[in-house]
Amino acid sequence: MANVKLRGIRKSYGKTEVIKGVDIDIKDGEFVVFVGPSGCGKSTLLRMIAGLEDITDGTLEIDGTRVNDLEPSKRGIAMVFQTYAIFPHMTVRENVAFGLTINKMKKAEKDAKVDDAARILQMEHLMDRRPSELSGGQRQRVAIGRAIVRDPKVFLFDEPLSNLDAALRMDMRMEIGKLHQDLGASMIYVTHDQVEAMTLADKIVVLKDGLVMQAGAPMELYHEPANLFVAGFLGAPSMNFLKVTVDEIGGDWVQVSSDALASVKVPNKGRAFTFGQTATLGIRPQYLTAAPDGQGMLNGKVILTERLGSETVVNLAVADGTTLIAAIAEDAVLVPGDDMAWTFDPAVAHAFPEVS
Amino acid sequence: MAAINQDNRGLRLIVRYAVLTLIAIIFIFPVLFMVMSSFKPNLQLLRDTSSLRAFLPVGDISLDNYYDAFRRAPIGLFVFNSVLVTGVTVLLSLFFCSLAAFSFVYLNWKGRDLALTIIIATLIIPFETIAIPLLLFVSKLPWIGLEGIEIGWLDSYHVQIIPWIADGLTVFLFVQYFKDLPGELIEACRVEGASWWQIYVKVVMPLSGPVIATAAILKFLVMYNQYLWPLIVVQQETYRPVLVGLQYFFQLNITWGEIMAYLTIVTIPVLAIYLVLQRAFIASIASTGVKG
Repeated sequence: MANVKLRGIRKSYGKTEVIKGVDIDIKDGEFVVFVGPSGCGKSTLLRMIAGLEDITDGTLEIDGTRVNDLEPSKRGIAMVFQTYAIFPHMTVRENVAFGLTINKMKKAEKDAKVDDAARILQMEHLMDRRPSELSGGQRQRVAIGRAIVRDPKVFLFDEPLSNLDAALRMDMRMEIGKLHQDLGASMIYVTHDQVEAMTLADKIVVLKDGLVMQAGAPMELYHEPANLFVAGFLGAPSMNFLKVTVDEIGGDWVQVSSDALASVKVPNKGRAFTFGQTATLGIRPQYLTAAPDGQGMLNGKVILTERLGSETVVNLAVADGTTLIAAIAEDAVLVPGDDMAWTFDPAVAHAFPEVS
Repeated sequence: MAAINQDNRGLRLIVRYAVLTLIAIIFIFPVLFMVMSSFKPNLQLLRDTSSLRAFLPVGDISLDNYYDAFRRAPIGLFVFNSVLVTGVTVLLSLFFCSLAAFSFVYLNWKGRDLALTIIIATLIIPFETIAIPLLLFVSKLPWIGLEGIEIGWLDSYHVQIIPWIADGLTVFLFVQYFKDLPGELIEACRVEGASWWQIYVKVVMPLSGPVIATAAILKFLVMYNQYLWPLIVVQQETYRPVLVGLQYFFQLNITWGEIMAYLTIVTIPVLAIYLVLQRAFIASIASTGVKG
């Protein structure tokens, strides 16, 4: 177990820079998730921590030691790959023990560790099988077992669930979460799935184009997104954005309006607005509700309703042509074509000076 | 409608089988001719070539040609030589060419791509063009033998083996195969602390069964069918391989029956290997598009 420190990490392939100066601190025992759209550099960053990619510039410390130039195996990390990367010609036991075998660990000690991992992952009955006889979830377990037996300081997961089907993905997600609780080890987890990020992480690092957009606790990022990108990336369904004009600027608030929206005063968390500029107002679908008579803040025409069971998702067309999404109670009866008034609590809306 | 379709399918099947049978006949008849002729006396053999009798065991059938063939040439020695040279070359070739391919695919070194290009380019050079330079070269190379250092490799097993170990085709086959192995397997090995040698021995080679079979078979055929090279580098009977041994039968009173008997005998190892590895044979030829 150890902390990991990234300082000014950069990566270039020839003239193309893919990681553009990243600083991240990962505390001992923390579960950190790198999340972002494909091509944002999250996997590259993980592979640089693993030592599978060279670090072009910057410093990487694990447990207080600079490891930039250390071989992957000398960094005290273990990695679980997207394709599991377990060896098809070896049994489960041989796979799990692989790292210990090649490092010539004594058999008794090795067997004890492997049995321990098998017990933690509940795969004792699979130990003599070959990977071809295992399901996807079981293969993933083997890959995790191979990581556990090495007692790494840091676990690295590279999109470990993306090859599993939806139901299994949820099970494995919970198991990985539980594993983190049990082992208490530092874990770095890469995913493009914001649900995995929200559910697993102690800390989420949102990446885009090789830069950190925001890092922090999941709910902090959810409630206080630092910018439009983070606001739109986290949360499902994703946040609604309305183009608005800034009418008035106060100390910790800003008043905005648009063709579709009556004038509304929303909190401003220290962002720089100028009078009359075009800005973006963000409202989470969960906070958008049908308004009692005469109290609507905007009118929206129902285009489509999707019943998900626990809630109903409604697509709304508003006056300026934008489509908004509202997530409302599951028993609400709405018919496409209904023109209705909608409202939200301005305190939970977000104003961003940038326009998407 | 259904009936017509049925008929159509039946007809198509008949045509297909007819074509396949014809092709099989074309390929099998020379072999059949060889085997049948090996049992016939010379005069009958020549007479039979004008009719279908050439392919049938009719007339004066005996094993005389085999007795005579064995009396004329040390066949056992020739077969032993060929099997030894072929076996050793195949094993060494698999080892060195797969190692070379491993470094081309997994290691990063300066000039790697250029080196691979050059190696693959050697595929288009016919052996005949380099035979003479190679002969001059090996005739001047030193070798540590039982009597100390000697100059010149002629008349030996190693002169038939060493020049054939490295070859572009085998390297190319391994390179293509290694490129298709999942890269994450190799990365997992590196994270686990395996050395390159361990990765080669414990992971890459155990997963390379199909390409090993392919490379071995193709190499086996090349080596067992060696003629030109041993003909020019081996003068002594002691090291002579089977096909060069055929010369014995063209020296005095040529007896076609004996030649056919000899060829039948030297075909046996190839057939045996073919029968054992039939599946791999077909797969390898299908996968490389190389003719056997």
